[in-house]
Amino acid sequence: MQIYLPIAEVSVNIFLILGLGGVVGILSGMFGVGGGFLITPLLFFVGIPPAVAVATSANQIVASSVSGLITQIKRRGVDFVMGSVLLVGGLIGSTIGVQIFNLLKELGQVDLLVNLCYVVFLGVIGGMMFIESLNALLRSKNSPPKRRKHNWVHNLPFKMKFRISGLYISVIPPLMVGLLVGLLAAIMGVGGGFIMVPAMIYLLGMPTKVVIGTSLFQIIFVAAYTTMMHAITNQTVDLVLALLLLIGGVIGAQFGTRIGMKLKAEQLRILLAGLVLLVALKLGVDLLLEPSELYSIAGIGE
Amino acid sequence: MIARVLAIFWFALASTAVQSEQIVMGMSQDEVAITASFTGSEILIFGAVSRDAPAPESSDLEVIIAVQGPNVPVTIRKKDRVAGIWINTESVDLDIAPSFYAVATSGPIAEVLLPLEDLRHAVSVGRVVRSAGQNAFNTDDSVDAFARIQAKDNLLQILEGAVSIDEDTLFRARISLPANITQGNYKTRIFLTRNGMVVDQLDTVIPVYKVGIERWLFTLAQEQAALYGALSLIIAALAGWVAAAVFGMLRR
Repeated sequence: MQIYLPIAEVSVNIFLILGLGGVVGILSGMFGVGGGFLITPLLFFVGIPPAVAVATSANQIVASSVSGLITQIKRRGVDFVMGSVLLVGGLIGSTIGVQIFNLLKELGQVDLLVNLCYVVFLGVIGGMMFIESLNALLRSKNSPPKRRKHNWVHNLPFKMKFRISGLYISVIPPLMVGLLVGLLAAIMGVGGGFIMVPAMIYLLGMPTKVVIGTSLFQIIFVAAYTTMMHAITNQTVDLVLALLLLIGGVIGAQFGTRIGMKLKAEQLRILLAGLVLLVALKLGVDLLLEPSELYSIAGIGE
Repeated sequence: MIARVLAIFWFALASTAVQSEQIVMGMSQDEVAITASFTGSEILIFGAVSRDAPAPESSDLEVIIAVQGPNVPVTIRKKDRVAGIWINTESVDLDIAPSFYAVATSGPIAEVLLPLEDLRHAVSVGRVVRSAGQNAFNTDDSVDAFARIQAKDNLLQILEGAVSIDEDTLFRARISLPANITQGNYKTRIFLTRNGMVVDQLDTVIPVYKVGIERWLFTLAQEQAALYGALSLIIAALAGWVAAAVFGMLRR
């Protein structure tokens, strides 16, 4: 069954889009990532103009994150204090990020830099997570897990109590993490969960149990901010496309949250790492291989 | 003096001869409405040639039908390998590029239209797509690239031989508009040619517009952007909340 999208100005198969939303929703619920780094390339693939794909997936991320967050709140898996600190950093970061994005756009190399950002960050984070969680998985079979180390993060001033996370650390690291994530989110057009989740685990030492809920909490606001920015400046949010994606997405997110709870933290992390590496690999290969069409058109359908 | 009068008389005769064949046309539909279930549309353009005198025997009647969507400025970028990776290196701005262009003819374009007439009426793709000024790389290449990419999406159609002519008088052609067209007025031109020269031209417009909910959403997004953005967010949050509530209830 085909439907014409009013903003994207293309006709798409309803079930294809519902399915896409569903798959990304499952991942979103499982890992606490918005899924923007997956859904945007998938939308390009089915023929949605890039500008519309980026803006509309931001809107879809809001829906699946709200759905996932509510389920996490009921399980006391959200550290609102930590989430708010991260959010403050995130909003400052994304404001700076939007300025950088516009600057790159003027230089005409925004696509390349976005792709490079994806390859570098997805590759590094995916690789780190993969090795760490593989080690953790092997270790847990032999010996009891090691106690968390005290690192430089614990020696900074302005200490604050994060009761749900069970942490008493300085506010500077979460602010910096939020800022970095906001910065990258604005440049790469994603919620930033795939950077946020590992940063929370490895840099801040938060327990995996609260990481997903707290990440979702922060992502909602970043994605909402991005949606508004795109709607006002570019008019590229397609409500019909978003609605189809989010119907699939919210249902998927519910299943994903439940699958995520059945898996061990290490298994969850190794799966997310594998996924992130896969996307990085695909984008990296695309940059290296000679494209079948050397020319591209910009300006139509925007 | 007599020679001059004769010349004027002859010239007048010649011009009436040119005007003696005129296009009378019709279309299967006056407008194209883009609804939620729009998957493209096919328009039948037909017509007849009205004459004051019998058709000349010396040459064949040919018909060209060109349908052109709204023009948009576009940038064509070319990729090159730099330090192992493929990046956009050069670009050409095309000032006039139709978002849709279909040209149907009764025979090969080179035969039914002389280059001089093509230059005057801008019918072939190379004439429709224009670029101003000097560019970093060959403009012809970028026009070719534009045509190639657009043709892949059915947004550019060269339909040689697609116009059928009956009894030297009646002609018709089908133009299919794909689902990915933009809205606007589609300029439609019909040319009658003989020996590659245009003997008559008729212009009309096919309005292609969104209707119903498609139109409402599009207009809202353009004119009330903040409201539209807020609406998108409210729907998203509501859908997320409803899904969580429904699944929460199902579990209990």
